[in-house]
Amino acid sequence: MSKIKAENVNVYYGSKQALFDVSIDIAEKEVTALIGPSGCGKSTFLRCLNRMNDVIEICRVEGSIKMDNLELNSRKLDVVRLRENVGMVFQKPNPFPKTIYENVAYGPTIHGIAQSKEEMDQIVETSLKKAALWNEVKDRLDEIGTGLSGGQQQRLCIARAISVSPEVILMDEPCSALDPIATAQIEELIDDLKKEVTIVIVTHSMSQAARVSQKTGFFHLGKLIEFGPTDKIFKNPDNQQTQDYITGRFG
Amino acid sequence: MNLILVTFIILLAFTSYYFGRKKALVIQSSQRLTALPKFYGYYLAAWCAAPALIIFALWSVFEPSIVKTFILQDYTDQSLTKNELQLIYTKVKALAAGTYTGNITNFLDESANKYIQLKGIANSAKVAIILAILILSLSFAYRSVQKNDRMREPVEIFLKWVLFVASLGAVLVTIGIVFSLLFEAIRFFQAVKIFDFIFGTHWYPAKTFVRDGQPDPELMKDAFGAVPLFAGTFFIAFIAMCVAIPIGLLSGIYLSEYAGRGVRKYAKPIIEILAGIPTVVYGFFAALTVGPFVKEIGNAMGLEVSAESALAAGAVMGVMIIPFISSLSDDVITAVPQNLRDGSYAMGATKSETVKKVIFPAALPGIVGSILLAVSRAVGETMIVVMASGLAANLTMNPLESTSTITAQIVVILIGDQQFGDPKTQSAFALGISLFIVTLFLNVIALSVVKKYREKYE
Repeated sequence: MSKIKAENVNVYYGSKQALFDVSIDIAEKEVTALIGPSGCGKSTFLRCLNRMNDVIEICRVEGSIKMDNLELNSRKLDVVRLRENVGMVFQKPNPFPKTIYENVAYGPTIHGIAQSKEEMDQIVETSLKKAALWNEVKDRLDEIGTGLSGGQQQRLCIARAISVSPEVILMDEPCSALDPIATAQIEELIDDLKKEVTIVIVTHSMSQAARVSQKTGFFHLGKLIEFGPTDKIFKNPDNQQTQDYITGRFG
Repeated sequence: MNLILVTFIILLAFTSYYFGRKKALVIQSSQRLTALPKFYGYYLAAWCAAPALIIFALWSVFEPSIVKTFILQDYTDQSLTKNELQLIYTKVKALAAGTYTGNITNFLDESANKYIQLKGIANSAKVAIILAILILSLSFAYRSVQKNDRMREPVEIFLKWVLFVASLGAVLVTIGIVFSLLFEAIRFFQAVKIFDFIFGTHWYPAKTFVRDGQPDPELMKDAFGAVPLFAGTFFIAFIAMCVAIPIGLLSGIYLSEYAGRGVRKYAKPIIEILAGIPTVVYGFFAALTVGPFVKEIGNAMGLEVSAESALAAGAVMGVMIIPFISSLSDDVITAVPQNLRDGSYAMGATKSETVKKVIFPAALPGIVGSILLAVSRAVGETMIVVMASGLAANLTMNPLESTSTITAQIVVILIGDQQFGDPKTQSAFALGISLFIVTLFLNVIALSVVKKYREKYE
């Protein structure tokens, strides 16, 4: 039940190599956590999965990344379709300076998903409900999204990401700018979402990785050091470096 | 003489800075310093330069009028008018400088000698007083340094006052300009009704010219109607914005979102060079190239086109304004946080969708601000209009005819001979203050819009 299969992925920023021969199998409808010290390449790898590295002019990706047998790292790939299928939530909540409704309706609008106003209303409502935000904002959908609190903004971004019913959602340290209560809400949400979507989450918090994920990959200096079931990585890792990082001896 | 004196004071101030710092280092060996050694230097330098320079400035301001009073004392018994006295004084000065060419009377000669003498006394007195002050203030300051008084506070207070005086100067000059505009405008409105000025549709100040004596009030009534000028100003500004907004905005978007680093590096400075071209160059470009070109094209299409058309002036003005809009909107768009772009791209939006739906709306307040600043620039532009759109204040909405603007009319009024008390001359002040109000209004709106935009991301 592998959803994404990456093989020998190398990434370069100009002449500097950021990822070395990363191979990983991401299982469907599971949460895969990527951990490791800052600058280890985990975010870079995440951004390969929806081709966000295209935005960075000097970035070059080599190797093969297949999602359901579709080669992602190919010039011929329709990036717009890919990103419709692979949503992303960022480290810093980044709602558009538009209304809450428009924020959620953004994806369905550009992809022409809703046929009518009623359908769009329905999509917005469902997405906000799935993001556990509906009850808080249902009476003020026409207020500006940037006026919400940090945790609400991040859930709004999650609602925006799921509005186009993606198969995969990538999360790049989604809780690092949030307080513990908002973090707990997001983690609960991730647990719910994994029934329908495959989630890959980059996190600095090892306890978060342990709480939310089924598989964990440990990155260090651009290499995937160890990858396996979360339980095993945290209780009985094979690799000494993983052991040291988990127990807080470096990183 | 003055130059030498000022140079001397400044050099002395520099020397006392180094001396003060050195002295501090000496003091340091026996006691704890009250501030860093450089403050001792600043303290001495400030005490050296400030009092001497202030006295010097005051002296330079008051010396001429005091000398003048002394010279003209000899003429008080002749019951001369103020103007005649002024004339005599000018003659005396010219004679003393050796540039006088008229008849030299004994009396005048005597005065000139007295003038030279007085000047000499004044100069020596000035040098003596300033040297005395230098010695006094330096010795006072040096005593403080020796006693190791607190040095930091006086220096900080001194700097605060220097800054205060500088800003006071700027504010006073601004207020002075506004009030002189206002008072002359008020005098103008005593001769011409404000209603006739604001709502009159004929601008033809030349016809109020009457040799000796007051012009006919009936004539005044419809010589100073500013409507054609306001209309012309906004019309030409409108044409300019029609050229500048689309080109400026689109090139701003291209530069910030699409252009690669290499293109941007060269294209942006090149566009900004447009802003550095003197307006008079644009003016003759408009008058000699664009104007005739527009006329020829119009004639070929069978249209009546004036050689000096609003279209030519407006179009060239628009070109001049392009860099304002493109550069400012480029900055504003670049300031839109990258994470908004990422958010949009991650949703599968294309570049143009991202620009249209996320970046442009987010940057819109800033873009509006930049456009308003550009409008106030267009409204105030003079040279291009003077050269390319003629000076006849026609009330027209036809871009192919010539029309005139407020600024161009001010130029027309104030070049050549003019009498100061004349309503024609004073009308320039009335025009000036109305223009000032319009641009002030535009700038206030623009700045508040830009400020609002800033608050959004910070």
